[in-house]
Amino acid sequence: MNRISALIFSALLTAGLSLSGAEAAGDAKHPEAVDWSFNGLFGTYDRDSLRRGYKVYTEVCAACHSMEQLRFRNLSQPGGPEFSELEVKAIAAGFTVEDGPDDYGDMFERPALPKDAFVNPFPNVQAARAANGGAYPPDLSLITKARSGGPDYIHALLTGYEDPPSGIKMRDGLYYNPYMAGGKIAMAAPLLEDLIEYTDGTAASVEQMSYDVVTFLNWAAEPELEERKQTGFMVLIYLTVFAGLLFFSMRRIWADKH
Amino acid sequence: MSGESTYQPNNGFTKWMDTRLPLLRLAHDSFVDYPTPKNLNYWWTFGGILTFCLVTQIITGIILAMHYTPHVDHAFNSVEHIMRNVNHGWLIRYIHANGASMFFLAVYIHIFRGMYYGSYKAPREVLWILGVIIYLLMMAAAFMGYVLPWGQMSLWGATVITNLFGAIPLVGDSIATWLWGGFSVDNPTLNRFFSLHYLIPFLIFGVVILHIWALHVPGNNNPVGISVKSEQDTVPFHPYYTVKDGFALVVFMILFSYFVFFAPNVLGHADNYIPANPLVTPAHIVPEWYLLPFYAILRAVPDKLGGVIAMVGAIFILFVLPWLDTSKIRSARYRPLFKQFFLIFVVNCLVLGYLGAMPAEGVYITLARICTIYYFAHFLIILPLLGLVEKPREIPESISASILSETAVSPAE
Repeated sequence: MNRISALIFSALLTAGLSLSGAEAAGDAKHPEAVDWSFNGLFGTYDRDSLRRGYKVYTEVCAACHSMEQLRFRNLSQPGGPEFSELEVKAIAAGFTVEDGPDDYGDMFERPALPKDAFVNPFPNVQAARAANGGAYPPDLSLITKARSGGPDYIHALLTGYEDPPSGIKMRDGLYYNPYMAGGKIAMAAPLLEDLIEYTDGTAASVEQMSYDVVTFLNWAAEPELEERKQTGFMVLIYLTVFAGLLFFSMRRIWADKH
Repeated sequence: MSGESTYQPNNGFTKWMDTRLPLLRLAHDSFVDYPTPKNLNYWWTFGGILTFCLVTQIITGIILAMHYTPHVDHAFNSVEHIMRNVNHGWLIRYIHANGASMFFLAVYIHIFRGMYYGSYKAPREVLWILGVIIYLLMMAAAFMGYVLPWGQMSLWGATVITNLFGAIPLVGDSIATWLWGGFSVDNPTLNRFFSLHYLIPFLIFGVVILHIWALHVPGNNNPVGISVKSEQDTVPFHPYYTVKDGFALVVFMILFSYFVFFAPNVLGHADNYIPANPLVTPAHIVPEWYLLPFYAILRAVPDKLGGVIAMVGAIFILFVLPWLDTSKIRSARYRPLFKQFFLIFVVNCLVLGYLGAMPAEGVYITLARICTIYYFAHFLIILPLLGLVEKPREIPESISASILSETAVSPAE
């Protein structure tokens, strides 16, 4: 029985594990696995990469994409880019938000504060569509969790633009990308060599910018990742020791019954 | 419960209580001195593990409900609020979401264990039926819970499943409208699903109490499937099975923790991190992994009503399992043929699960049809016939005798 049991158990487990990944989109090219700093049991975000990624995000992505779930204060919290509180105040002050009504019932504009949400590039979905040829640039707060393939997929997409293969006609405003389901994407290749200038002197290759911005996007989606993995490691140690103690207690209690 | 109660109240308060409401006596007789077959293997630890899963879901669920907003405009953001702003909200939500998967993993092992060792046979039919009711309630709770984050899969999964009621002749459409509280899955649907999702776990809790009661009347089945004959065959539940269940539970928690801390979204679907949008249908609508076998059965039948009947039938057939199995022998250990067919049945269920995740086209459909037919054939043809034609192996005299002969053959056990 024991061998059958083990077989059934492992089969059940792998079925559960693999199925959720099994329905990935049909015709799109499979993204390559990237060796992210936040992968694995002890993964953490690379602070410098997060800060560079924030720069890529603000100077490139934020022109069209919203980031509704983030607040400026998140930029200084532990486990993120960890800008100082002063830096975050300065970053926030660079944006204007509408507040009010004031005592006279009027809305007014003021510089953003750390408590405020990231400012949307468009006032509403319709405006965003109108400015982007009918396509709505998705919110980026959860993008690495909201796409099968996660950060690998986003990285592959950002760096994977190609000329369309002969025979595929591209409508105006659509671009060819083999990683996109259907191969056609309304976003033009957003990253070009030396598009931005990193303040820490890192060479701004497409690969580098993509790695940095995807690291930043993954943090935006999973700001708890470092705390989660560190807690998880302690929990696993605790449970393993506890299981060991219980195992030997069990042996002792059952000793006279076998 | 066999025999007299051995509970001895030992101080003034417990003596006073015992003559008024003998709760402690009940607890003592059920979980301390309860005589339990001494040969239970690790497959029997899943009852305790399931109780743990239920309690975990209820506690984390109550906390989540304190921060969640069941409104189509706020539900998605309130879940993100839990993930980002509530202290350890990410931990509570990931435990709850993965806890559902762990709950089903454990319940499937528990059900297959019951099937393998014939735990549904006389005198445990009511125990089995109560178990199937719990399983049904679990599916309802899990389905409605998956709708609450109001992501794309929430909305479209709910749409697919509630539309099934529309297949009922004559009154189908009215029933669907009544369930939705409107003409599609919308805010009233989300509201009532939240209400019911909060209610059902407590119904499950009630049926679990009945399930344990129905277990304690005939007592546990055991791996050899023969009834307890003397005190030689049993040990008191505490400490022998509290420690064994405890050990198994902690090992189970290690697996659970792995998912919660290191792969919290592996068992979910990426599309559910996209806010629900009634105007955009996802490319593939799939339920959570634990419902996939039934989803495969649903889609295997070319007719909508037929598919619904097959899917519902696949679950309800479990209710009559005790009467479909004609063999008087409980444990598969002494049923060489049944053992083989049991294994095929398990593999068949897993393949159905795989097919449920695949698009409903081409070879997948053909395979799903074969597996669906086999699923029903197992219950309706194989089990009734096996009991008549199978030649069982020799059954030991008692539980103690089986243990003695086993240790004589293989000292490893």
